[in-house]
Amino acid sequence: MPLDQSFVGRTYPPTAPYQVGREKIREFATAIGANDPAHHDPAAGRALGHPDVVAPPTFPVAITMAASRQLVEDPALGIDYSRVVHGDQRFAYTRPVVAGDELICVNTVEDITSRGGHEFLTTRTDVSTTAGEPVVTVWSKLVVRGEA
Amino acid sequence: MELPAQTFRVTRADLVRYAGASGDFNPIHWSDRFATKVGLPGVIAHGMFTMALVGRAVTAWAGSPDAVVDFGVRFTRPVVVPDDNVGTEIVVTAVVRETTEEGLTRLDVTATCLGEKVLSQARATVRTAG
Repeated sequence: MPLDQSFVGRTYPPTAPYQVGREKIREFATAIGANDPAHHDPAAGRALGHPDVVAPPTFPVAITMAASRQLVEDPALGIDYSRVVHGDQRFAYTRPVVAGDELICVNTVEDITSRGGHEFLTTRTDVSTTAGEPVVTVWSKLVVRGEA
Repeated sequence: MELPAQTFRVTRADLVRYAGASGDFNPIHWSDRFATKVGLPGVIAHGMFTMALVGRAVTAWAGSPDAVVDFGVRFTRPVVVPDDNVGTEIVVTAVVRETTEEGLTRLDVTATCLGEKVLSQARATVRTAG
């Protein structure tokens, strides 16, 4: 079943605030082998001008992937997640994510296209603080593989 | 200008750790049974794990963990990770495409596994110190 084209341009309600924890940043940094002290030691983060430890550049996906469930699991949009593979990913930063941030995600369907029997869904997630400060914009392109 | 290559070893243990840290528990990243059932050659690395390693390379080149302003990739080929102690290896290289007057450096990045490119259109913009 093709994805519903009328969803292009649709924006979903903001997600519940996500509290960025110092230990979560440390855990994520450790998992990817990022040993820079600024990911682990608040003093090293502050030395770079941040209020606490700094998240590695791809850390927001831990937040946005959960946030995108409202879209991926929307029965009206009709994604068969068992056929989904990750196509593209992009982060455009206003500033790095730091421990102590309380972040809200707003998901928008930017594009739905169909090519070679596969469907391509591009989503944009605008991540900002609960105070309204923009932090990072995250684009994901999901490929829904056609049934061979 | 070409930047010095950086090499990252990836084992099954790394994928398990990344699954836990990122919350991505898709079984194609830990179960051979599941991965082969959906037509993959075996367990593959999370695309976002590969991207995270490339992010490490980019911040290392930039000289600061908070230097990344823009970072995007396209996942073109799966990174198969065998169930042994050796795992596989991802090699990351980059060329400097442009340095702007605002102190930004744009990199074109290449990531390969077993000699094959696993990403395309991999680009990063970093704030350069100084």
